[in-house]
Amino acid sequence: MRYMLMHKVDDADPAAWSPTPEFLGRMGGFMAEVDKAGVLLAAEGLAPSSAGAAVIRVKNGTQTVVDGPFAEAKEVIAGFAILQVRDHAEAVEWAQRFGALFEDIEVEIEVRRVPDHN
Amino acid sequence: MTRADTHQAIEAVWRIEAARVIAGVARMVGDVGLAEELAQDALLAALEQWPAEGVPRNPGAWLMTTAKRRAIDQIRRRERFEARMPDLLRPDTVDGGFDAVLEDTIEDDLLRLVFTACHPVLAPEARVALTLRMLGGLSTDEIARAFLVPGATVGQRISRAKKTLADAKVPFELPTGAARSERLDSVLEVIYLIFNEGYSATAGDDWMRPALCEEAMRAGRVLAGLMPAEPEVHGLVALMEIQASRSAARTGPSGEPIVLLEQDRSRWDRLLIRRGLAALDRAEELGGGTYTLQAAIAACHARAATAGDTDWHRIAALYASHPPSPIVELNRAVAVSMADGPAAGLAVLDPLLEEPSLRAYHLLPTVRGDFLAKLGRRDEARAEFERAATMTRNERERALLLDRAAAL
Repeated sequence: MRYMLMHKVDDADPAAWSPTPEFLGRMGGFMAEVDKAGVLLAAEGLAPSSAGAAVIRVKNGTQTVVDGPFAEAKEVIAGFAILQVRDHAEAVEWAQRFGALFEDIEVEIEVRRVPDHN
Repeated sequence: MTRADTHQAIEAVWRIEAARVIAGVARMVGDVGLAEELAQDALLAALEQWPAEGVPRNPGAWLMTTAKRRAIDQIRRRERFEARMPDLLRPDTVDGGFDAVLEDTIEDDLLRLVFTACHPVLAPEARVALTLRMLGGLSTDEIARAFLVPGATVGQRISRAKKTLADAKVPFELPTGAARSERLDSVLEVIYLIFNEGYSATAGDDWMRPALCEEAMRAGRVLAGLMPAEPEVHGLVALMEIQASRSAARTGPSGEPIVLLEQDRSRWDRLLIRRGLAALDRAEELGGGTYTLQAAIAACHARAATAGDTDWHRIAALYASHPPSPIVELNRAVAVSMADGPAAGLAVLDPLLEEPSLRAYHLLPTVRGDFLAKLGRRDEARAEFERAATMTRNERERALLLDRAAAL
Protein backbone atom coordinates (compact mmCIF):
# COMPACT_ATOMS: atom_id res chain seq x y z
CA MET A 1 0.00 0.00 0.00
CA ARG A 2 1.05 3.57 -0.57
CA TYR A 3 1.27 6.55 1.71
CA MET A 4 2.15 10.14 1.07
CA LEU A 5 4.19 11.99 3.67
CA MET A 6 3.98 15.77 3.51
CA HIS A 7 5.94 18.05 5.76
CA LYS A 8 4.93 21.58 6.52
CA VAL A 9 7.01 24.44 7.87
CA ASP A 10 6.56 28.16 8.52
CA ASP A 11 6.50 29.91 5.13
CA ALA A 12 8.07 33.05 6.63
CA ASP A 13 10.80 31.44 8.73
CA PRO A 14 14.09 31.87 6.80
CA ALA A 15 15.73 29.11 8.85
CA ALA A 16 13.20 26.63 7.48
CA TRP A 17 14.22 27.38 3.89
CA SER A 18 17.98 27.72 4.17
CA PRO A 19 19.05 24.35 5.47
CA THR A 20 22.48 23.95 7.04
CA PRO A 21 25.00 21.58 5.47
CA GLU A 22 24.56 19.34 8.51
CA PHE A 23 20.82 19.16 7.91
CA LEU A 24 21.33 18.44 4.21
CA GLY A 25 23.73 15.65 5.17
CA ARG A 26 21.19 14.08 7.52
CA MET A 27 18.47 14.44 4.89
CA GLY A 28 20.65 12.84 2.21
CA GLY A 29 21.41 9.94 4.52
CA PHE A 30 17.74 9.45 5.30
CA MET A 31 16.67 9.52 1.66
CA ALA A 32 19.35 6.93 0.85
CA GLU A 33 18.05 4.78 3.71
CA VAL A 34 14.44 4.92 2.50
CA ASP A 35 15.54 4.22 -1.05
CA LYS A 36 17.72 1.26 -0.08
CA ALA A 37 14.90 -0.14 2.03
CA GLY A 38 12.94 -0.43 -1.23
CA VAL A 39 10.25 1.85 0.14
CA LEU A 40 10.71 5.17 -1.67
CA LEU A 41 8.66 5.62 -4.85
CA ALA A 42 8.96 9.38 -5.35
CA ALA A 43 9.86 12.54 -3.44
CA GLU A 44 10.24 16.25 -4.05
CA GLY A 45 11.16 19.27 -1.99
CA LEU A 46 9.31 22.56 -2.52
CA ALA A 47 10.36 26.20 -2.40
CA PRO A 48 8.75 28.83 -0.13
CA SER A 49 5.79 30.80 -1.51
CA SER A 50 8.06 33.78 -2.26
CA ALA A 51 9.77 31.72 -4.97
CA GLY A 52 6.61 31.37 -7.04
CA ALA A 53 3.28 30.21 -5.73
CA ALA A 54 -0.43 30.77 -6.18
CA VAL A 55 -3.64 29.68 -4.56
CA ILE A 56 -6.74 29.19 -6.66
CA ARG A 57 -10.01 29.12 -4.76
CA VAL A 58 -13.25 28.03 -6.36
CA LYS A 59 -16.54 28.98 -4.75
CA ASN A 60 -19.88 28.55 -6.46
CA GLY A 61 -18.02 28.10 -9.70
CA THR A 62 -16.19 31.42 -9.40
CA GLN A 63 -12.42 31.38 -9.21
CA THR A 64 -10.11 33.71 -7.35
CA VAL A 65 -6.39 33.54 -7.88
CA VAL A 66 -3.99 34.82 -5.23
CA ASP A 67 -0.32 34.88 -6.16
CA GLY A 68 2.48 34.33 -3.67
CA PRO A 69 4.28 35.26 -1.60
CA PHE A 70 1.51 34.65 0.90
CA ALA A 71 1.14 37.71 3.08
CA GLU A 72 0.05 36.13 6.35
CA ALA A 73 2.67 33.86 7.90
CA LYS A 74 1.42 30.30 7.79
CA GLU A 75 2.51 26.73 7.36
CA VAL A 76 3.08 25.55 3.82
CA ILE A 77 4.03 22.19 2.38
CA ALA A 78 7.81 22.04 2.06
CA GLY A 79 8.09 18.60 0.50
CA PHE A 80 6.48 15.25 0.01
CA ALA A 81 7.39 11.59 -0.42
CA ILE A 82 5.36 8.67 -1.71
CA LEU A 83 6.25 5.45 0.07
CA GLN A 84 5.25 1.85 -0.52
CA VAL A 85 4.83 0.32 2.92
CA ARG A 86 3.20 -2.74 4.46
CA ASP A 87 0.82 -0.94 6.74
CA HIS A 88 -0.11 2.32 8.42
CA ALA A 89 2.28 1.74 11.33
CA GLU A 90 5.22 1.44 8.95
CA ALA A 91 4.29 4.73 7.27
CA VAL A 92 4.15 6.42 10.69
CA GLU A 93 7.52 4.88 11.65
CA TRP A 94 9.19 6.32 8.53
CA ALA A 95 7.51 9.69 9.16
CA GLN A 96 8.93 9.71 12.69
CA ARG A 97 12.39 8.89 11.40
CA PHE A 98 12.01 11.76 8.95
CA GLY A 99 10.83 14.05 11.77
CA ALA A 100 13.95 13.19 13.78
CA LEU A 101 16.06 14.97 11.13
CA PHE A 102 14.66 18.33 12.23
CA GLU A 103 16.32 19.68 15.33
CA ASP A 104 15.76 23.43 15.47
CA ILE A 105 12.97 23.88 12.94
CA GLU A 106 9.36 23.40 13.84
CA VAL A 107 7.79 20.93 11.44
CA GLU A 108 4.52 19.09 11.01
CA ILE A 109 4.44 15.85 9.04
CA GLU A 110 1.17 14.67 7.64
CA VAL A 111 0.80 10.96 6.79
CA ARG A 112 -1.92 10.12 4.26
CA ARG A 113 -3.01 6.94 2.55
CA VAL A 114 -2.95 6.84 -1.25
CA PRO A 115 -5.89 4.64 -2.24
CA ASP A 116 -5.42 1.55 -4.40
CA HIS A 117 -7.30 1.58 -7.67
CA ASN A 118 -7.60 -2.17 -8.12
CA MET B 1 0.34 5.73 22.59
CA THR B 2 -1.83 2.79 23.63
CA ARG B 3 -0.39 -0.66 24.17
CA ALA B 4 -1.86 -1.87 20.86
CA ASP B 5 -0.34 1.13 19.03
CA THR B 6 3.04 0.39 20.58
CA HIS B 7 2.80 -3.22 19.43
CA GLN B 8 2.05 -2.10 15.89
CA ALA B 9 4.90 0.39 16.02
CA ILE B 10 7.26 -2.39 17.18
CA GLU B 11 6.10 -4.64 14.37
CA ALA B 12 6.70 -1.83 11.88
CA VAL B 13 10.23 -1.36 13.23
CA TRP B 14 10.72 -5.11 12.96
CA ARG B 15 9.68 -5.23 9.31
CA ILE B 16 12.13 -2.46 8.52
CA GLU B 17 15.02 -3.82 10.59
CA ALA B 18 14.60 -7.63 10.61
CA ALA B 19 16.87 -8.38 7.66
CA ARG B 20 19.70 -6.17 8.94
CA VAL B 21 19.51 -7.62 12.45
CA ILE B 22 19.42 -11.23 11.21
CA ALA B 23 22.26 -10.52 8.76
CA GLY B 24 24.41 -8.81 11.39
CA VAL B 25 23.97 -11.66 13.86
CA ALA B 26 24.43 -14.32 11.17
CA ARG B 27 27.90 -13.02 10.47
CA MET B 28 28.74 -13.49 14.17
CA VAL B 29 27.29 -16.96 14.58
CA GLY B 30 27.73 -18.19 10.99
CA ASP B 31 24.27 -19.77 10.96
CA VAL B 32 21.22 -17.92 9.58
CA GLY B 33 18.77 -20.22 11.37
CA LEU B 34 20.30 -19.47 14.74
CA ALA B 35 20.65 -15.80 13.81
CA GLU B 36 16.96 -15.59 13.00
CA GLU B 37 16.05 -17.13 16.36
CA LEU B 38 18.31 -14.69 18.22
CA ALA B 39 16.80 -11.80 16.28
CA GLN B 40 13.32 -13.07 17.17
CA ASP B 41 14.42 -13.12 20.83
CA ALA B 42 15.37 -9.47 20.51
CA LEU B 43 11.94 -8.74 19.03
CA LEU B 44 10.29 -10.48 22.00
CA ALA B 45 12.42 -8.41 24.37
CA ALA B 46 11.26 -5.25 22.57
CA LEU B 47 7.64 -6.35 22.85
CA GLU B 48 8.16 -6.81 26.61
CA GLN B 49 10.15 -3.67 27.32
CA TRP B 50 9.10 -0.94 24.91
CA PRO B 51 5.45 -0.67 25.92
CA ALA B 52 6.58 0.20 29.46
CA GLU B 53 9.83 2.07 28.74
CA GLY B 54 8.91 3.68 25.43
CA VAL B 55 10.36 3.07 21.98
CA PRO B 56 14.09 3.87 22.04
CA ARG B 57 15.48 6.72 19.92
CA ASN B 58 17.22 4.34 17.57
CA PRO B 59 15.07 1.21 17.65
CA GLY B 60 17.07 -0.57 14.92
CA ALA B 61 20.30 -0.22 16.87
CA TRP B 62 18.53 -1.42 20.03
CA LEU B 63 17.33 -4.58 18.27
CA MET B 64 20.76 -5.18 16.74
CA THR B 65 22.59 -4.73 20.06
CA THR B 66 20.14 -6.90 21.97
CA ALA B 67 20.35 -9.68 19.38
CA LYS B 68 24.16 -9.47 19.29
CA ARG B 69 24.36 -9.63 23.09
CA ARG B 70 22.29 -12.79 22.97
CA ALA B 71 24.57 -14.14 20.29
CA ILE B 72 27.57 -13.46 22.52
CA ASP B 73 25.84 -15.25 25.41
CA GLN B 74 25.15 -18.14 23.08
CA ILE B 75 28.74 -18.23 21.87
CA ARG B 76 30.09 -18.02 25.42
CA ARG B 77 28.16 -21.12 26.24
CA ARG B 78 29.77 -22.91 23.37
CA GLU B 79 33.36 -23.40 24.34
CA ARG B 80 34.48 -24.16 20.84
CA PHE B 81 33.95 -20.54 19.91
CA GLU B 82 36.16 -19.33 22.73
CA ALA B 83 39.05 -18.46 20.43
CA ARG B 84 36.90 -15.88 18.64
CA MET B 85 35.71 -14.13 21.79
CA PRO B 86 37.95 -11.04 21.92
CA ASP B 87 36.71 -9.83 18.55
CA LEU B 88 33.11 -10.32 19.41
CA LEU B 89 33.23 -8.49 22.68
CA ARG B 90 33.89 -5.11 21.18
CA PRO B 91 31.79 -2.50 22.95
CA ASP B 92 28.59 -1.75 21.12
CA THR B 93 26.31 0.87 22.59
CA VAL B 94 22.56 1.07 22.18
CA ASP B 95 22.50 4.74 21.16
CA GLY B 96 25.42 4.50 18.77
CA GLY B 97 24.59 5.09 15.12
CA PHE B 98 26.26 3.13 12.38
CA ASP B 99 29.20 4.87 10.84
CA ALA B 100 29.98 4.55 7.14
CA VAL B 101 32.39 1.65 7.58
CA LEU B 102 29.88 -0.36 9.56
CA GLU B 103 27.22 0.50 6.99
CA ASP B 104 29.28 -1.18 4.26
CA THR B 105 29.63 -4.27 6.41
CA ILE B 106 25.90 -4.38 7.01
CA GLU B 107 25.20 -4.19 3.29
CA ASP B 108 27.56 -7.10 2.64
CA ASP B 109 25.89 -9.03 5.43
CA LEU B 110 22.46 -8.32 3.91
CA LEU B 111 23.66 -9.61 0.58
CA ARG B 112 25.06 -12.74 2.24
CA LEU B 113 21.66 -13.23 3.85
CA VAL B 114 19.85 -12.96 0.50
CA PHE B 115 22.20 -15.45 -1.16
CA THR B 116 21.88 -17.88 1.75
CA ALA B 117 18.07 -17.72 1.85
CA CYS B 118 18.03 -18.45 -1.91
CA HIS B 119 20.68 -21.17 -1.76
CA PRO B 120 20.20 -23.91 -4.41
CA VAL B 121 20.46 -26.61 -1.72
CA LEU B 122 16.91 -25.55 -0.73
CA ALA B 123 13.70 -26.41 -2.59
CA PRO B 124 12.14 -23.41 -4.38
CA GLU B 125 9.24 -23.09 -1.92
CA ALA B 126 11.71 -23.13 0.99
CA ARG B 127 13.75 -20.35 -0.68
CA VAL B 128 10.60 -18.29 -1.10
CA ALA B 129 9.53 -18.78 2.53
CA LEU B 130 13.00 -17.99 3.93
CA THR B 131 13.36 -14.90 1.75
CA LEU B 132 9.99 -13.50 2.82
CA ARG B 133 10.70 -14.31 6.44
CA MET B 134 14.30 -13.11 6.67
CA LEU B 135 14.53 -10.36 4.08
CA GLY B 136 10.93 -9.18 4.33
CA GLY B 137 10.36 -9.71 8.06
CA LEU B 138 7.03 -11.43 7.36
CA SER B 139 5.55 -13.75 9.97
CA THR B 140 4.93 -17.43 9.29
CA ASP B 141 1.21 -16.71 9.38
CA GLU B 142 1.46 -13.93 6.81
CA ILE B 143 3.43 -16.18 4.45
CA ALA B 144 0.88 -18.97 4.93
CA ARG B 145 -2.03 -16.65 4.10
CA ALA B 146 -0.25 -15.37 1.03
CA PHE B 147 0.33 -18.88 -0.33
CA LEU B 148 -3.05 -20.32 0.78
CA VAL B 149 -1.43 -23.04 2.91
CA PRO B 150 -1.75 -23.79 6.66
CA GLY B 151 0.60 -21.89 8.98
CA ALA B 152 2.03 -25.17 10.26
CA THR B 153 3.13 -26.06 6.72
CA VAL B 154 5.10 -22.85 6.37
CA GLY B 155 6.52 -23.26 9.88
CA GLN B 156 7.79 -26.72 8.98
CA ARG B 157 9.09 -25.50 5.64
CA ILE B 158 11.14 -22.81 7.39
CA SER B 159 12.51 -25.00 10.16
CA ARG B 160 13.42 -27.72 7.67
CA ALA B 161 15.11 -25.15 5.45
CA LYS B 162 17.19 -23.87 8.38
CA LYS B 163 18.18 -27.43 9.20
CA THR B 164 19.10 -28.14 5.58
CA LEU B 165 21.36 -25.06 5.52
CA ALA B 166 23.00 -26.12 8.81
CA ASP B 167 23.40 -29.78 7.75
CA ALA B 168 24.88 -28.77 4.40
CA LYS B 169 27.21 -26.41 6.32
CA VAL B 170 26.32 -23.62 3.90
CA PRO B 171 28.75 -20.85 4.79
CA PHE B 172 27.48 -17.32 5.42
CA GLU B 173 29.41 -15.75 2.59
CA LEU B 174 29.13 -14.19 -0.84
CA PRO B 175 29.50 -16.59 -3.75
CA THR B 176 32.43 -15.78 -6.02
CA GLY B 177 33.64 -16.77 -9.47
CA ALA B 178 31.47 -18.94 -11.66
CA ALA B 179 29.10 -19.81 -8.81
CA ARG B 180 28.18 -16.15 -8.41
CA SER B 181 26.07 -15.72 -11.53
CA GLU B 182 24.32 -19.04 -10.99
CA ARG B 183 23.52 -18.06 -7.40
CA LEU B 184 22.31 -14.63 -8.52
CA ASP B 185 19.99 -16.35 -11.01
CA SER B 186 18.47 -18.25 -8.11
CA VAL B 187 17.94 -15.03 -6.11
CA LEU B 188 16.25 -13.30 -9.07
CA GLU B 189 14.14 -16.38 -9.74
CA VAL B 190 12.90 -16.44 -6.12
CA ILE B 191 11.97 -12.76 -6.25
CA TYR B 192 10.13 -13.16 -9.56
CA LEU B 193 8.38 -16.27 -8.24
CA ILE B 194 7.07 -14.23 -5.31
CA PHE B 195 5.95 -11.48 -7.69
CA ASN B 196 4.11 -13.88 -9.98
CA GLU B 197 2.39 -15.57 -7.06
CA GLY B 198 1.02 -12.18 -6.06
CA TYR B 199 0.18 -11.28 -9.66
CA SER B 200 -1.91 -14.44 -10.03
CA ALA B 201 -4.10 -13.50 -7.05
CA THR B 202 -7.77 -13.12 -7.90
CA ALA B 203 -10.58 -11.04 -6.45
CA GLY B 204 -11.66 -12.28 -3.03
CA ASP B 205 -8.24 -13.69 -2.12
CA ASP B 206 -6.71 -12.73 1.21
CA TRP B 207 -5.07 -9.30 0.79
CA MET B 208 -1.72 -10.84 1.68
CA ARG B 209 -1.68 -12.51 -1.75
CA PRO B 210 -1.61 -9.44 -3.99
CA ALA B 211 0.67 -7.85 -1.37
CA LEU B 212 3.29 -10.40 -2.49
CA CYS B 213 3.83 -8.25 -5.60
CA GLU B 214 4.82 -5.35 -3.39
CA GLU B 215 7.03 -7.61 -1.27
CA ALA B 216 8.81 -8.81 -4.40
CA MET B 217 9.25 -5.27 -5.74
CA ARG B 218 10.57 -4.14 -2.39
CA ALA B 219 13.04 -7.05 -2.29
CA GLY B 220 14.08 -6.28 -5.88
CA ARG B 221 14.73 -2.63 -5.05
CA VAL B 222 16.70 -3.62 -1.95
CA LEU B 223 18.79 -5.96 -4.11
CA ALA B 224 19.31 -3.20 -6.71
CA GLY B 225 20.68 -1.02 -3.90
CA LEU B 226 23.00 -3.81 -2.76
CA MET B 227 24.18 -4.81 -6.26
CA PRO B 228 23.94 -1.64 -8.35
CA ALA B 229 26.33 -2.96 -11.02
CA GLU B 230 24.27 -6.07 -11.87
CA PRO B 231 22.22 -5.42 -15.03
CA GLU B 232 19.73 -8.21 -14.48
CA VAL B 233 18.79 -6.98 -10.99
CA HIS B 234 17.69 -3.70 -12.58
CA GLY B 235 16.13 -5.68 -15.44
CA LEU B 236 13.99 -7.67 -13.03
CA VAL B 237 13.01 -4.54 -11.09
CA ALA B 238 12.03 -2.87 -14.38
CA LEU B 239 9.98 -5.89 -15.43
CA MET B 240 8.11 -6.03 -12.10
CA GLU B 241 7.45 -2.27 -11.97
CA ILE B 242 6.07 -2.22 -15.51
CA GLN B 243 3.96 -5.36 -15.02
CA ALA B 244 2.62 -4.01 -11.71
CA SER B 245 1.73 -0.72 -13.42
CA ARG B 246 -1.09 -2.59 -15.20
CA SER B 247 -2.66 -4.16 -12.07
CA ALA B 248 -5.70 -1.91 -11.97
CA ALA B 249 -6.42 -2.33 -15.69
CA ARG B 250 -6.03 -6.05 -16.13
CA THR B 251 -9.36 -7.18 -14.68
CA GLY B 252 -12.90 -6.01 -15.39
CA PRO B 253 -15.63 -5.11 -12.88
CA SER B 254 -16.54 -8.76 -12.26
CA GLY B 255 -12.96 -9.92 -12.05
CA GLU B 256 -12.73 -11.13 -15.65
CA PRO B 257 -9.26 -10.85 -17.18
CA ILE B 258 -8.69 -8.12 -19.77
CA VAL B 259 -5.92 -8.80 -22.29
CA LEU B 260 -3.12 -6.27 -22.64
CA LEU B 261 -4.22 -4.71 -25.92
CA GLU B 262 -7.77 -4.15 -24.67
CA GLN B 263 -6.81 -2.57 -21.33
CA ASP B 264 -7.83 0.99 -20.47
CA ARG B 265 -4.37 2.58 -20.50
CA SER B 266 -5.54 5.56 -18.48
CA ARG B 267 -5.65 3.12 -15.56
CA TRP B 268 -1.99 2.19 -15.91
CA ASP B 269 0.12 3.50 -13.05
CA ARG B 270 2.34 6.22 -14.51
CA LEU B 271 4.56 6.36 -11.42
CA LEU B 272 5.46 2.67 -11.69
CA ILE B 273 5.95 2.98 -15.47
CA ARG B 274 8.35 5.88 -14.95
CA ARG B 275 10.26 3.89 -12.33
CA GLY B 276 10.28 0.82 -14.57
CA LEU B 277 11.62 2.74 -17.58
CA ALA B 278 14.35 4.30 -15.42
CA ALA B 279 15.37 0.86 -14.11
CA LEU B 280 15.34 -0.46 -17.68
CA ASP B 281 17.71 2.32 -18.78
CA ARG B 282 20.16 1.32 -16.04
CA ALA B 283 19.84 -2.37 -16.96
CA GLU B 284 20.48 -1.70 -20.65
CA GLU B 285 23.45 0.56 -19.92
CA LEU B 286 24.97 -2.25 -17.88
CA GLY B 287 24.45 -4.87 -20.59
CA GLY B 288 21.08 -6.48 -19.86
CA GLY B 289 20.01 -10.11 -19.97
CA THR B 290 16.75 -12.03 -20.31
CA TYR B 291 14.84 -10.12 -17.58
CA THR B 292 16.03 -6.91 -19.22
CA LEU B 293 14.74 -8.14 -22.60
CA GLN B 294 11.36 -9.00 -21.13
CA ALA B 295 11.28 -5.59 -19.47
CA ALA B 296 12.19 -3.95 -22.78
CA ILE B 297 9.24 -5.70 -24.44
CA ALA B 298 6.93 -4.68 -21.60
CA ALA B 299 8.27 -1.12 -21.98
CA CYS B 300 7.20 -1.03 -25.66
CA HIS B 301 3.63 -1.46 -24.46
CA ALA B 302 4.08 0.98 -21.57
CA ARG B 303 5.36 3.70 -23.93
CA ALA B 304 2.46 3.36 -26.38
CA ALA B 305 -0.37 5.80 -25.65
CA THR B 306 -2.84 3.50 -27.40
CA ALA B 307 -2.65 -0.15 -28.46
CA GLY B 308 -2.44 1.11 -32.06
CA ASP B 309 0.74 3.06 -31.26
CA THR B 310 2.64 -0.06 -30.19
CA ASP B 311 6.06 -0.39 -31.84
CA TRP B 312 5.63 -3.99 -33.06
CA HIS B 313 8.77 -3.90 -35.18
CA ARG B 314 10.81 -3.23 -32.07
CA ILE B 315 8.97 -5.95 -30.12
CA ALA B 316 9.61 -8.45 -32.93
CA ALA B 317 13.29 -7.44 -32.95
CA LEU B 318 13.52 -7.84 -29.17
CA TYR B 319 12.05 -11.35 -29.40
CA ALA B 320 14.57 -12.13 -32.14
CA SER B 321 17.43 -11.15 -29.81
CA HIS B 322 15.98 -13.24 -26.96
CA PRO B 323 17.59 -16.66 -26.31
CA PRO B 324 15.54 -18.78 -28.71
CA SER B 325 12.80 -21.15 -27.53
CA PRO B 326 9.58 -22.33 -29.18
CA ILE B 327 7.50 -20.05 -26.92
CA VAL B 328 9.68 -17.03 -27.73
CA GLU B 329 9.29 -17.85 -31.42
CA LEU B 330 5.52 -18.08 -31.06
CA ASN B 331 5.52 -14.64 -29.44
CA ARG B 332 7.76 -13.31 -32.19
CA ALA B 333 5.31 -14.62 -34.80
CA VAL B 334 2.51 -12.62 -33.15
CA ALA B 335 4.68 -9.47 -33.05
CA VAL B 336 5.70 -9.94 -36.70
CA SER B 337 2.05 -10.35 -37.73
CA MET B 338 1.18 -7.12 -35.91
CA ALA B 339 4.13 -5.33 -37.56
CA ASP B 340 4.04 -6.75 -41.09
CA GLY B 341 0.70 -8.51 -41.44
CA PRO B 342 -0.65 -12.05 -40.94
CA ALA B 343 1.23 -13.59 -43.91
CA ALA B 344 4.59 -12.56 -42.42
CA GLY B 345 3.45 -13.89 -39.03
CA LEU B 346 2.44 -17.19 -40.57
CA ALA B 347 5.87 -17.57 -42.16
CA VAL B 348 7.48 -17.36 -38.70
CA LEU B 349 4.85 -19.58 -37.13
CA ASP B 350 4.64 -22.51 -39.54
CA PRO B 351 8.07 -24.03 -38.76
CA LEU B 352 6.81 -24.41 -35.17
CA LEU B 353 4.30 -27.04 -36.35
CA GLU B 354 7.25 -29.45 -36.38
CA GLU B 355 8.16 -28.56 -32.79
CA PRO B 356 7.47 -31.55 -30.49
CA SER B 357 7.24 -29.43 -27.30
CA LEU B 358 4.34 -27.43 -28.77
CA ARG B 359 2.40 -30.42 -30.09
CA ALA B 360 -0.21 -30.23 -27.29
CA TYR B 361 -0.03 -26.45 -26.80
CA HIS B 362 -3.40 -24.91 -27.64
CA LEU B 363 -2.04 -21.42 -28.29
CA LEU B 364 -0.21 -22.59 -31.41
CA PRO B 365 -3.40 -23.52 -33.35
CA THR B 366 -5.19 -20.54 -31.74
CA VAL B 367 -2.63 -18.08 -33.09
CA ARG B 368 -2.44 -19.90 -36.43
CA GLY B 369 -6.24 -19.82 -36.72
CA ASP B 370 -6.17 -16.11 -36.06
CA PHE B 371 -3.59 -15.47 -38.83
CA LEU B 372 -5.52 -17.69 -41.30
CA ALA B 373 -8.81 -15.95 -40.49
CA LYS B 374 -7.22 -12.55 -41.16
CA LEU B 375 -5.92 -13.91 -44.47
CA GLY B 376 -9.47 -15.01 -45.39
CA ARG B 377 -8.51 -18.71 -45.38
CA ARG B 378 -11.66 -19.56 -43.47
CA ASP B 379 -11.79 -23.35 -43.73
CA GLU B 380 -8.23 -23.72 -42.51
CA ALA B 381 -8.84 -21.16 -39.74
CA ARG B 382 -11.97 -23.03 -38.59
CA ALA B 383 -10.03 -26.30 -38.43
CA GLU B 384 -7.30 -24.66 -36.32
CA PHE B 385 -9.77 -23.14 -33.82
CA GLU B 386 -11.52 -26.52 -33.50
CA ARG B 387 -8.16 -28.24 -32.98
CA ALA B 388 -7.23 -25.68 -30.30
CA ALA B 389 -10.60 -26.27 -28.59
CA THR B 390 -9.79 -29.95 -28.13
CA MET B 391 -6.45 -29.04 -26.50
CA THR B 392 -7.38 -26.43 -23.91
CA ARG B 393 -8.40 -27.50 -20.45
CA ASN B 394 -10.08 -24.19 -19.73
CA GLU B 395 -13.86 -24.39 -20.36
CA ARG B 396 -14.28 -20.68 -20.94
CA GLU B 397 -11.49 -20.68 -23.49
CA ARG B 398 -12.91 -23.75 -25.23
CA ALA B 399 -16.29 -22.06 -25.63
CA LEU B 400 -14.59 -18.95 -27.00
CA LEU B 401 -12.62 -20.98 -29.55
CA LEU B 402 -15.71 -22.88 -30.73
CA ASP B 403 -17.55 -19.55 -31.09
CA ARG B 404 -14.75 -18.23 -33.26
CA ALA B 405 -14.82 -21.40 -35.38
CA ALA B 406 -18.60 -21.16 -35.81
CA ALA B 407 -18.42 -17.47 -36.77
CA LEU B 408 -16.19 -18.19 -39.79
